[in-house]
Order: sequence, then structure tokens, then C-alpha cells
Amino acid sequence: MDFSGLINDFGPLTVTGLAQGAIIALFALGYTLVYGVLRLINFAHSEVFLLGTYACLFVWGLFGLDQNSATPSVGPMLFYMVIGLVAAIVVSGATALTVEFVAYRPLRRRNAPPLAFLITAIGASLFISEVVGVTTHRNQTGVPPIIQARPLFTIGDTTVTNLQVLIILLALVMMFALDRFINGSRLGRGVRAVAQNPDSAALMGVNKSRVIALVFLLGGLMAGIAAVMYDLKIGVTRYDAGFLLGIDAFTAAVLGGIGNLRGALLGGLLLGVLQNYAAGLFGSQWLHAASFVLLVVILLFRPTGLLGESLGRSRA
Amino acid sequence: MSEKASFRTSGGVRGWFGRQPWYVRAVLILFFTVLAYLLPYAGDVPLLGPQIITEGIDWPSALFNMSYYVLLALGLNVVVGYAGLLDLGYVGFFAVGAYGTALLTSPDSVIYADTGWKWLMAVPAALVLTMLAGVILGWPTLRLRGDYLAIVTLGFAEIIRIVATSTTTLRGDRGFASIPHPPGSWNGEPIFGVTDAIPYFWLGLTVIILVILGVRNLDRSRVGRSWLAIREDEEAAEVMGVRTFKYKLWAFAIGAFIGGLGGVLFAGEQSFINSQTFVLQFSILVLAGVVMGGSGNMAGAILGGVLISYIPDRLRGLSFGDTDLYEYRFAIFGAAIILIMVLRPQGLIPSRRRAMELKDREKEVAPL
Repeated sequence: MDFSGLINDFGPLTVTGLAQGAIIALFALGYTLVYGVLRLINFAHSEVFLLGTYACLFVWGLFGLDQNSATPSVGPMLFYMVIGLVAAIVVSGATALTVEFVAYRPLRRRNAPPLAFLITAIGASLFISEVVGVTTHRNQTGVPPIIQARPLFTIGDTTVTNLQVLIILLALVMMFALDRFINGSRLGRGVRAVAQNPDSAALMGVNKSRVIALVFLLGGLMAGIAAVMYDLKIGVTRYDAGFLLGIDAFTAAVLGGIGNLRGALLGGLLLGVLQNYAAGLFGSQWLHAASFVLLVVILLFRPTGLLGESLGRSRA
Repeated sequence: MSEKASFRTSGGVRGWFGRQPWYVRAVLILFFTVLAYLLPYAGDVPLLGPQIITEGIDWPSALFNMSYYVLLALGLNVVVGYAGLLDLGYVGFFAVGAYGTALLTSPDSVIYADTGWKWLMAVPAALVLTMLAGVILGWPTLRLRGDYLAIVTLGFAEIIRIVATSTTTLRGDRGFASIPHPPGSWNGEPIFGVTDAIPYFWLGLTVIILVILGVRNLDRSRVGRSWLAIREDEEAAEVMGVRTFKYKLWAFAIGAFIGGLGGVLFAGEQSFINSQTFVLQFSILVLAGVVMGGSGNMAGAILGGVLISYIPDRLRGLSFGDTDLYEYRFAIFGAAIILIMVLRPQGLIPSRRRAMELKDREKEVAPL
């Protein structure tokens, strides 16, 4: 127990935690969206994220960037950011859709038991992460320094870097956009209708398959953005990066109330910050243990998470 | 209609088997049991034998691997297949069993001076420890609904792994060495030596048979009927007076016990364990095996356990053109899982009752 460490580093731990939590929250949206509509844990979502982390690296590689490149100036930096984001979003979205078509849709046609979906998703996850693992020889891949982390401003003794601000802002903007989309648009109304009652929604003329595909796609897009942020923040990626962060993201989704979009944001940020406090207090090896203990304690008192499950129930 | 009657009237191998007189069944069971014990010599069978045995790994060792995977699959089948509780962290119990044995017997253990037991003495203690772990995990969490339970059990396994990695008592990567082998000697030679894995396989097989008998009796008792009721509709079961919490806890404890058995055997054979063995992917693999084989049916769970161990071991040392298939073993395995589940969503050897449910469900399927 290192209380003085926690108190001395309280500011930096909070800021790093928020940035980490923002990535987790974006990642968690994929779990929460699919769960909200299908009541299934999309186990393959971690690999949707994983392929995103490699997609932007691949595109940057095409422009001759690697981990030893110099940091680009502002103009090219913006360009690289945009194409990196686009690549990750496209690849992650396409992966999510592929998983839906290959691993979920055939089972849905046969009205298979819920466990069967979980197992095909596990199969898909295993397949993707192992193919990545074999092709990269299970080594980690370095990320080119697109953005140099520079102190932007200080609050008290705490310096906040431009990268942290970017990550947190981008996550908030995306969350807001998604929230508006689900709660405000026509397509979003379809999503909520299917989440509330799939059969009634189908009778009312909502195309269920299209809604399900849309939900996978949206989760993939968010995971793609999270993947680029992850690359920039951590600086390396590896074949099991998706699996490891996926556990955090799923925990965050459950913490906030799985199926609840705002819950994913709250759960992600809370988890990120508390993991960092726990790391400061007990040492970084206890980071994940702390997050699970927290999860159990919260579920004991609020069995459906902090905000409850309510993708369907929220009103427009 | 009782389950027994439905067995006899149904078609297929199981229906035929159920209709035979008791002595035919006894002879058949005896025959296949003997055949199972003779498996280490499968390589000597002309033509077929060399195709079956693993090339890249000693065949008896591969058989022993299968035996503890099958044990784990049987245990997880009780939790997932019978009681319908989704457990993603089953490897945690395997780890508790193995670490319990190691702590009590290995010279590397901090309490070795006080204990320093033989393997056999450590077995009951380690098993009690795993059952306790099952109850401790189950007590607060079994009130949670399906998917929440899944994430909490996953967390439990992670915590066990993290504790094993990060505390000095459990030694992390360095692990525990010189865990004693099971006792016994034959003609002055110890039966359970270092080089020959056949006795370990026989031991594993015997334990499996005992577990099958035990679980089969439980399944046909009041406990088994309660599990079934809970799995089908927990609220209805509760209303009908089934003490759901108690029986769910039972399922957890029994599942933990069987998983612990696997761990104890594993520690006794390997004689070395460290925290690298107990990764989360392991329990997910076992879960995939159970559901793939046919959740809720012991024959299915056994087949699933065999497959998850056999497929990767069989691919070891094989190459296709220039690519080493062993490298791709889990990728191939992942693709195989998807294929099997899409073709047979109810598993390879489905539980009869579950298959009937699925038929009902297929009738009500709405075109997508």
C-alpha cells in the first residue's frame, strides 16, 4: 500500500486514467450496442479492435512511416491522422460486419441456443487473433510517432498533454454523436425498437437484419477510432492487445449497465481512473484484479450495473 | 414421458443401446472400457494406428493431456450444461487444485517445512480447497443473472492468475518444481515415473470413469432434476419450490471439485507448474469444447474435451507445403469451431432433451 504515492500522483493518475478510460469507453460501445439488441456477448469484438490497430499502422507504413520516423509537422500530421482513422474505421467496421455474417447470421436463421452464438464468436476471435499472431511472429509492432505528446496546459501540478486532450475530446464527441444518432434519428429509432422487442419491431416494418448489421457496423466504427487512439497512446500493438483490452472494455460495459450507451461512457471513464488509482496504490500488476473486485462489489449492490440496461428503454 | 422411456423409443445408436438386455449392455460397456485402457497402444494397430497417433508429441502424453481436458469438460458440463450457468473462468478452479497440491508438496513452497506431504495426502486437501473456492466465488455471485455471472467468473480466473503471477508465495513465472508424483511401485520401480506417461493416462481414465459414474447418479437424483428445472426456467423453478440458490451453489462446488481434480492430476504428472499455465484462453477453450461436443450431455462433453486437446496435438509436427500447421493450430481450431457450430448448433452429440427444445425453437423461427 503506497498511499503517499497515490496522493502525490493523484492528478497525473486521474488524467492518464481518463484518457485510458476514454479508449475503453469507445471500445465498450461495441459490446453494449450488440448486447442491447441481441442480448449476446460479442466475444469477437476484441478482434474488431485488434484489426483496427493494425489497419492504421499498415496505411502509415504505405507512406513510409515506421516507429523510427521523425514526428511530422502539423499539415502532414493532420493528413496522417485522417487516413489512419479512415483505414481503422473501414477495417474494423468491415471486420464487425464479417463476423456478423459468418458467425452470427447462420445461427440466427436456425434459432440456435444463445450459447452457440458465444462459441462461434469465440471461434472467430481465436481465428483472427491467431492469424495476426502467426503473421507478426507474436512480436509487438511499433507505432510511428504521428503526434508528439507535448504538455498543453497544467492544472495545479498536473500537466495535461495534447494527446490526452485529443483522446478524451474525440471520445466525448463520438459518444455524443452516437447518442444523438440512436436517440434522435430514424435509423436509431429502429435500433431502439428492435432492442425493446424484436418481434413487434419486425411487425411494425423494421428490417431486423439491417438493424443488427447496423449495430455491428456502429460498434466496429467506434472500435476503429479507439484502435487509433490506443496506437498513439501506447505506442505498440500486439496480437493479443484486443483480447487484453477487450476484458477491460467488457467490464466497463457491464459496470455501467450493459446495453446502455451512457453507461458504457461512465463505466469506461470510471474503470480507467480507478485502475490507475489502484496501480498507484498497489502497483501496476494489480490493476486488473482491482477492476474485477470493483465490478463484483458494484454488481452486488446494483445487479444491472450503475445505470441499468436500457438501450431500448431510453426515450427520444 | 420420463427421460428413460424416451431413450428406449428413440432411434439411433442410443435408442438401440437402451433397448438391449442388461447383459448385452454390460458386455458392451466393459468392451469399450477395456478399449479405452488400451488406447496407449493404438499406434500398434496396422494401417489405422499410425494415422491416429500424434507425431509431434509422445502419444501417451497426448492421451494424458486429453484425460485432464476431458475431466475439465465434464466438470464444466455440470455448471454450464446441467445448471445452465455460464462460467468463463473455469480454469481458476484447475489452478486452485494445481496450486493447492504444489503448496502442500513442493520443496519450493513456503510451508514445505511444516507440510512436505506426499502427493496422495495433498489430494483431499487441495480438493477441499477448490470446493471452498467454488463456494466462495458462488456465494456472492450466483444471485447475478447469466451474462453478469459470465464476466464475474472471468474476473475470478484473472484474479487467480494475477495473484499467482504477482505474489512471492505463489512464485509467479518461477513456479513450483519437484511436485511429487503419485505413489506406488511395481517390481521395485515406481509406477509413476518421469518417462512413461501411460500410467498417468490410466490414472486419469480411472478418475474420469469415477467422475462419470458420480455425475450420472447426481444427474438422475433430486439435484439433477433441480438443475434441469433451473436451466429451463429459473423463476418457474423457484416458484415450484426448488431452492435455486442452493442447487446452483451445488453445481458450482461440484464443477469446482472436478476442475480441481484435473489440476491435481496435472500437477502430479508435470511435477512443475507456474502461472503461465493458467491463462484465460484455457477456460474459453474448455467452454468451446463443452458446447461443441453437446452441452448438457456427458458423451458430448467427453468428445469436446478430446477434440480440444487432440486437434492441436495432432497438428504438431505436421506441415503443409512450407507452412508449419502447428503454428496455425489455434487458427485452424477457431475456424473449426465456427464450422461445427454453424452446422450443428446443438453440438456434435446433443443432449436429447436439448435437441427436442431446439426442434421446438426451429418451428417458431421467424425468417430473417
